Amino acid sequence: MRLAHKLAIESDHVRADAVEAIEFPQLAIKYNVRGVPRIVINETIQIEGAMPEPMLLAQLQEALKPDEDES
Amino acid sequence: MPLLQDKDKEAVETRFQEELVNPVRLVNFTQALECQFCAETRQLVEEVAALSDRIELEVYNFAIDKEKVEEYGVDKIPAIAIIGEKDYGVRYYGIPSGYEFNSLIENIIDVSRREVELLPATREALAGITEPLHFQVFVTPT
Repeated sequence: MRLAHKLAIESDHVRADAVEAIEFPQLAIKYNVRGVPRIVINETIQIEGAMPEPMLLAQLQEALKPDEDES
Repeated sequence: MPLLQDKDKEAVETRFQEELVNPVRLVNFTQALECQFCAETRQLVEEVAALSDRIELEVYNFAIDKEKVEEYGVDKIPAIAIIGEKDYGVRYYGIPSGYEFNSLIENIIDVSRREVELLPATREALAGITEPLHFQVFVTPT
């Protein structure tokens, strides 16, 4: 979780919410949260689990690539 | 009864003394009814804010203080925003307990210092981002 907040502090384009899944079950259902941490980016990109910074960055860059929607 | 144990309080107070640089505001949104953890969350931020004179606490009523709700973009409660020289977009929804409590303390320190530790590659990638990114990280108390 810390990493998402760090990205928010570093970049003006990033904001990051920690959401306590048990207190907000409707959101946990909406985003199909079965394990934590689960990261949801811009409502559409979902990443499972805690991971080291380089891996998160790689996943983020992959997810943000244009024209990847049709896979 | 306090939520923070004395030894945790002392540890956090020492870190704040050593590591807080610039003022930080904790902005808490709460309400009295129909919010299971609002009272505890408010108590927690009150206890944390009391550990340093560099931390100021603002508490707003989610149902009444609509201007502030809009200003901080808060859509559920309990909510905490950590604000420094600007609003970095750091939010907590739900009570930050267990591991998330540590994360809250670390974030207060980073916001106060106005810098974070990141790998150079991450910093470089972030600098290239031009579209808004909204992270929601789902956590549970541990």
